[in-house]
Amino acid sequence: MTTHTANAPMDGETPAFYLKEEHHPEGSTMLGFWIYIMSDCLIFAVLFATYAVLGHSYAAGPSPADLFELPLVALNTAMLLFSSITYGFAMLAMEKDNKSGTLMWLTITGIFGALFIFFELYEFYHLILDGAGPQRSAFLSAFFTLVGTHGLHVTTGIVWLITLMVQVGRYGLIAENKRRLMCLSMFWHFLDVVWIGVFSLVYLMGVLG
Amino acid sequence: MSSNANHSHHSGDAHGHDHHHGGHEASHGTYKSYMTGFILSVILTAIPFWLVMAKVIPDPAVTGAIVMILGAIQIIVHMIYFLHMNTRSEGGWNMMALIFTIVLVIIALSGSLWVMHHLNANMMPMSPEMMRNMP
Repeated sequence: MTTHTANAPMDGETPAFYLKEEHHPEGSTMLGFWIYIMSDCLIFAVLFATYAVLGHSYAAGPSPADLFELPLVALNTAMLLFSSITYGFAMLAMEKDNKSGTLMWLTITGIFGALFIFFELYEFYHLILDGAGPQRSAFLSAFFTLVGTHGLHVTTGIVWLITLMVQVGRYGLIAENKRRLMCLSMFWHFLDVVWIGVFSLVYLMGVLG
Repeated sequence: MSSNANHSHHSGDAHGHDHHHGGHEASHGTYKSYMTGFILSVILTAIPFWLVMAKVIPDPAVTGAIVMILGAIQIIVHMIYFLHMNTRSEGGWNMMALIFTIVLVIIALSGSLWVMHHLNANMMPMSPEMMRNMP
């Protein structure tokens, strides 16, 4: 008996078994996903470094100034930027528990993402058709690896987006779906950040020579 | 499960008033902050494309430097307005992970360029005979 008295509430006071800390992170999913994004950032850093090293090894083949069409790249950039802001609107609709609004903005985001992939594949198709495929030179190998990896990420993001739209459509804006939408939000905006690096370093600097 | 319950409680409570306490605002933005980020991004994208496509500055090195600086600024704009980065989210751990990653990225990029540049510069030039004997 005497051993238990230490834990028993004394004179009606409720025992406190928790710490009242101001900045205790609630739920670690967001931080965990952020660390995943940072590790993905390292993958892109390595691919950017590869491109920076090999970007001038043309093997007597075409150079960026011969190949890249900046109006197409500008269109692609606009698609990704629009998809970023429409995903932001989807998040705002989600916070207001507006299910149909969330689904509508997610659909628009998905369409912009799909258009981005379409224009990118169009560009790749014409490059390969012109004999400037990944096997032509070290520059083109590095280019296709970097831009292709980004494109694969966007494709994965679209698949994830559609999956979440089905989830939201079926189960509504429950806490789990909100958490998933927040993770995809980080992923989607991160891809736009990587694209800033791609269009600055690869396309614009490439055309400058 | 407890974290989910906790989470739903907090997000339910977020509708009533615009509260800001540690960690939770990490994933929230307002219409105004998204639009600010979007307009800044459009401007910061349009300027480098215009500079390169219209060949405004005759010296490509100057244009290149401006393109890279504007790109870096746009990345910061995206971090703040779209990814809602600040020093308080997740008790500062988001920022710690970001700073760590930036350090690694700088080491990987500058290290690769530095080492490979010297490797290229120190390579022996190939004579036509050596070229012919290449596999």
